[in-house]
Amino acid sequence: MKPMDRYDNDQLKSNSLRIKVSAHDLLDILVSEPHMRIRSIATMGSVAVIAFLLIQSPAHAQSALPPAATTIPSTQLIQPEELKTMLNSTRSVQPLILQVGSRVMFDQAHIPTSEYAGPGSREGGLNLLRGRVKTLAKNRFIVLYCGCCPWNRCPNVGGAYKFLSDLDFTNVKVLYIAENFGSDWVSKGYPVAH
Amino acid sequence: MRIKHFSGTSILALRWGFTLLLLTLVPQAGAQSSGAQSLVGRRAPEFVRRDLTGHNLDLARLHGKVVLLNFWATWCAPCQVEMPMFAHWQEQYGPQKLAVIGISMDDDSGPVRRMIHAQRIDYPVAMGDATLGKRYGGVLGLPLTFLIDRNEIVRAKFQGETDPGKIEASLRSLLATH
Repeated sequence: MKPMDRYDNDQLKSNSLRIKVSAHDLLDILVSEPHMRIRSIATMGSVAVIAFLLIQSPAHAQSALPPAATTIPSTQLIQPEELKTMLNSTRSVQPLILQVGSRVMFDQAHIPTSEYAGPGSREGGLNLLRGRVKTLAKNRFIVLYCGCCPWNRCPNVGGAYKFLSDLDFTNVKVLYIAENFGSDWVSKGYPVAH
Repeated sequence: MRIKHFSGTSILALRWGFTLLLLTLVPQAGAQSSGAQSLVGRRAPEFVRRDLTGHNLDLARLHGKVVLLNFWATWCAPCQVEMPMFAHWQEQYGPQKLAVIGISMDDDSGPVRRMIHAQRIDYPVAMGDATLGKRYGGVLGLPLTFLIDRNEIVRAKFQGETDPGKIEASLRSLLATH
């Protein structure tokens, strides 16, 4: 007996009956009923397309977000006061200071001698950073900073720090900016270049 | 019983201590507000920009409206929480002549276009730059929102993550004045 003999079309449309159709029956349908085969292939295709779209959705993309600033070990942080003192000192080894945030913000105000190295949350930014450090010794003293947002919301410094760590740079510090560059550096009267 | 143990000298010392503490704190608060609030009470710096739909965005032409001017960026997480709320306020308070303007501080417009489309932001958004940022006292942290009254005077500034109720209360009081 063919499966379609057992279930008429109306019954097959009923959800409760559909659940009762065994996998064996479904295989029978696919083999014996060409129109059902086409419908099933179309259904499977739709499922595949939906799965693909879900994979591409922002919700899934969140798993690929750059590392948060809070993932940076506390031993690798440098406080604004400490960096300011270092900049004023003639005896300290001067670090290479790289701003890894927004170009628009860098153009408004930045730490003297610092260089714009691209946002650490974007591939383009990391490429720029890679280009800047490629000729440097791995033990070069580097200070990264951003200051676009409150520390635990900054999308840039975590990614940039991890990127340099993965490139085996061993002497990288990150400037701890609690709120933003305006409040924690400029407003305190620390040196600024425009 | 313990109160009896305080001598007149101790109370005097406490008073002096409290006064000294106030004297130490007040100038610091003043210094912070003078820097951060420098635009408040002054005429909003004018600007003309082309928004992302190609229309001219001229602040001077919004005279008579209350303007909510929001500096934001696609990489700023708190900004993305605020923007749908601002879009809702534009719809809710639009009849009372509210004009919401977004200025993106992103480096390029591609991600901005994608985000305003995804978030269904229908108020005008234009790209900012360092010149505009400097005119508004330096946009060195986001989000940053200014409320401008119907006479183009900046009445409030909100920096960083802010209680939406606080912004809305200021906004409503400005909308109530004609």
